[in-house]
Parts: sequence; structure tokens; C-alpha cells
Amino acid sequence: MNVIEVKGFSYSFGNGDILRSVTFSVKEGEYLSIIGPNGAGKTTLLKNIMRILKGGRGSIKVKDAEVVGYSQRELARIISYVPQADGRSYPFEVREFILISKYPHLNPFSKITGRDEKEVDEVLESVHMSRFKNRAMAALSSGERQKIMIAASLVQKAEVFLLDEPTTFLDPRHEEEIYRILKKLNRERNITVLAVTHNVNSAVLLSDRVLALKNGSVLYCGDSGGFMEQNNLRSLYDKEFELMRHPKKDINVILPEAIP
Amino acid sequence: MREKRKVIILLVLFLLSVLALIVCPFIGMSDISIKTLFAPGADTIGSFIYWNIRLPRVLLAFMVGVILSLCGMVFQALFRNPLTTPFTLGISSGAAFGAIAFIVFGSEVAFLGLTKTYSSAFAGALFAISLVYMFTRMRSGFSTLAMLLAGVAINFFFSSLILLFQYLADVTKVFQTHRWLMGSLATFGFNKVIGVLPFFILGSVFIIASRNELNLMLLGEDLAISRGLNTTRFKMMMFGICSLMVGVSVSLCGVIGFVGIIAPHICRLLVGSDHRYLTKASFLFGGFFMVVCDAVARKIIPPSELPIGVITALLGGPFFLWLLITRKRIEDL
Repeated sequence: MNVIEVKGFSYSFGNGDILRSVTFSVKEGEYLSIIGPNGAGKTTLLKNIMRILKGGRGSIKVKDAEVVGYSQRELARIISYVPQADGRSYPFEVREFILISKYPHLNPFSKITGRDEKEVDEVLESVHMSRFKNRAMAALSSGERQKIMIAASLVQKAEVFLLDEPTTFLDPRHEEEIYRILKKLNRERNITVLAVTHNVNSAVLLSDRVLALKNGSVLYCGDSGGFMEQNNLRSLYDKEFELMRHPKKDINVILPEAIP
Repeated sequence: MREKRKVIILLVLFLLSVLALIVCPFIGMSDISIKTLFAPGADTIGSFIYWNIRLPRVLLAFMVGVILSLCGMVFQALFRNPLTTPFTLGISSGAAFGAIAFIVFGSEVAFLGLTKTYSSAFAGALFAISLVYMFTRMRSGFSTLAMLLAGVAINFFFSSLILLFQYLADVTKVFQTHRWLMGSLATFGFNKVIGVLPFFILGSVFIIASRNELNLMLLGEDLAISRGLNTTRFKMMMFGICSLMVGVSVSLCGVIGFVGIIAPHICRLLVGSDHRYLTKASFLFGGFFMVVCDAVARKIIPPSELPIGVITALLGGPFFLWLLITRKRIEDL
């Protein structure tokens, strides 16, 4: 079943078209990476699915219903969103931050109960952050912070995670840890993942399919391995790449540039 | 900060508020003893002062303190700006403009027990708010930054009109306008109390019920929306409610500064930024603080009565600095 179905969707801001007739769909339980150069419209696409941005033309369906037909609260029970790290700190403790993210399941009269506390413990456990429960959000490193953001998406009980460059600014160890967590959630809990990333190698190694955007149009949408051809990469980034077969997985990967 | 500690702090604030509400009506230029209230046929002047002047005044002080503190807290959360006050959007200068226009050009006639200066001030406040709304709506979306800038511009606009009116008016009227601008909680009978009461009750209930939404607003608009909050609708509702609350309080008691900016900050240092506690703390502390400041203003240099704004700043400033120095962590908004 398609969880998300985008058909002929365009979005413009001022005089510029940011998305031009974008069409693609995501199946339940799929891991889709969205790649493309800066300014290709990746973030705009995620924000339109989450309805942070409104007013595009065309259709975005979530679970077979137009996204505009959902109340924001209903949508938040299905989809969660992890924004680009913008260095903003939140004036809360980790525990408070996660409880706040339960919002789509709260009403004005709800009280925090022992069950909620247990839920916080569980989601922290699944991102290996139990020790950090009473830390201040402002005191976390970028890697720790991203793991808390994922825990918050879990407590929101969303089935679809939208992540905007979840591993930018992270060291290699934290980057790998985030990817492992996402992959595990994707496999074991059947959570659908749509992740924007600039790391093409990890995108193709991790995900079932990739969506490549350029100047607001879909350049490629399909099998990860099939994307890693010189001509695809060249037309996406307007530059040549050094490719090599991955020793463990039958897929091309990009070699780092040796600039003399 | 542990939850238990926060609950204890709220409990202490509650007890302090109750204590202040009971004790402060007896304090003033002439102190009243409890006996005179209940002993039959005793000091009738004392009991007259208590029922007609002191009690309504203390109740009014409490409600105005709560309104300014809660609205300051809400504005600071919505704008994510620690310097925002309930008056940032130009509500106060609109009200002041209405009142002063009437003092200078109108004739003083009583209407429903409240003089027309008050009605005129309230009309001015509503006018300023609608201008801010209109300008913000004219841009696409409902951006808080646009609203903040529109508010600042309208504030300056009305402030200069007030100066112009004062320049044109004669000396007695200038003095009257000056006294109005200083703000005062003086009242006779329960008219002002009844005027503020519905705004106080409905507004406070609504703001405290919005604690989860206010928490979300602190995460920034994108995250708040992704957690399921219709931020545009919420912001408009909050601005509308706070504007009415502040509008009424400014019209009846003038511009009482400092409480609206500093009371929420003091509460943040006491219980943290989680609005599940902060709303209640701001309610209790705002009311308590205003009642105590007003008692000091009545008592400190008899027989004269100091402007309440002077006391709020003189007492609140050092207390806030002391908290700032002794707390290890200052939480950003």
C-alpha cells in the first residue's frame, strides 16, 4: 500500500518555481532517500508533505486521502518530522522535550501519568539514550540531539518519519549510529522513512529506493543500485565522479576526490 | 529540575498569595485591625475603608498582576523573545492615547459607574490591536516577526500622538495625563473589579489550558506544526485573548510596567520553562507580587502614596538580579 503518493505537485515561492510537477510514491515500510544539489527543493518537498508549507498545486495523498483533508493533529499521528539542525537550543530537559512531543495524543485535561513516564523510558532506550533523561537539551551534542529527535518521533507514534539531513554535522561514529537506529526501526517496526541526505553513498547503501531532485523536478526515482551510474550522477550534480564497486555489496559507490 | 520541587514551589506560591490576599487589605495609610471588622458597632470608618477601598483594591491588584504576568509569559513564548512585554504590541500606547485624548478634549461624564476615560482608553486599546492585526494579515501568512514590527511601529505612532496632545493641552490637563500614565490601582467600590473579572477568569483558564501548545511554540514553528499544532490559529487566538485582557487592565489601571516582563522570568528561574508549571507559577507570582508591591506603595511614605510602577521596579529589579546571580543555569527562550 502507498503511504505517500505525490502526483504532479508544484510549489512556487515569489516568482520562482521550487517544485515542478513532482510525482512519486512511497510504500508502507519503505526506506526512501531523497538526494539532490542544494536548492533542489528537497526540504520544500518534506515541508509540503508535513503541511508546514501550504498552497502548492497538484496532489499529495497520505494513506489514500488528500493531505489537505487532515487536521494537523491527525496528520501528526501518522507523520513526524525531524528538521535540519539549525543550532537552536530548546529550554527543556530531554524528558520534558519528549513528553511535549506526545502532543497529538494529548487533550487540554491530560495529566502526565506513570504510563507516559514509562513510554519516555522506552523510546530513550530504543535510541540508546536512557542516561540522558534528565539532561538539558541545550547541553547535548549534535549527535545526541538527533537521537533525541528520533525518540520524540517515536513517542509521537508516527508511522512515517520525515528526516531532513539527519546526519549533517555528525562525526562518522554518530552518523553510523543514527543510520543503524533508523534502519532498525524501519525493519522491526515497519516505519516508513523518507530521509533527505547529501551523503549519496550511505543513501544508496541504506535505502530501498532513491529519489533524485534537480531544480524542483524528479531526475530519478527508483532502485538504489540502478542510480549509481556515471551519467545519472553527472546530470544530478554537473560533475564527474570516481566510482568503485563496494566490496561487500553489489553496488557502485563514490570515491572521495583526491584534489592535488 | 525534579518535578517534586516544582510542585513544592507552586504550593509555596499558592500559600503566599492567599496570605497576601488576607493580610494586605489591612495595611495602608491607616492600618485596620481585624477586630474592627467583626466587632459589632465598633470602628465603622475602618470597616468602611476595608470594604469599599482596601478589599476591592487588593482584588484588583491581584487580577491585574495575574493578567500582566500571564500575558507577558504568553507573548515571550509566542515571539520566542525574552524582552517582549504585554505592551510590546502597542496595546498600552493605544489605551493611553484613548484616555489622554479624552482627558484633553472630552468632558468627563460617568457611564455605567465607570467614567468615560476608561471606555475611551479601552476603545484606544482595541483600535491599536486591530491596526496591528490588520497590518499583519495584509502580509501572507501570520508571521510573528511582522506582528512584532507592526506593534513597535504602532507604539511609536501613538506615543508621538500622545506627546502632541500633551503639548497642545493646558498645564492641569498635562498633569492629569501624566498621573494617568503612571498607573494606579486606586479604586472605590467594586466597579473596576467587576469590569476586570470576566477577562481575568476566562483568560487565565484559557491560558493555563493552553500549556501544551505554549510548550510547542517554544520549539519553533516548524516543529510545533509537525507535532500537530495549527500554529496560525493558535497564535491568533492567543493574541486576541491577551490583547483583551491587557486592554482592560491598562484602561482601568494605567500602564504598570515591569511586572509583565519580569514576573514570568522570575518564574522561569523558579520552575523552568515547562508551561505545565510555568503557567501556574506566573499566575500565582504575578498576583502575589502586585498585591505586595501595592501594599508597600500605600505604606512606605505616609501619607502619600507612591506610583505602583515605581515599587514594582524597585522591588522586582534587585530580586531578579539576585536570582540571576545565584542560579547556575539560565534557560534560553
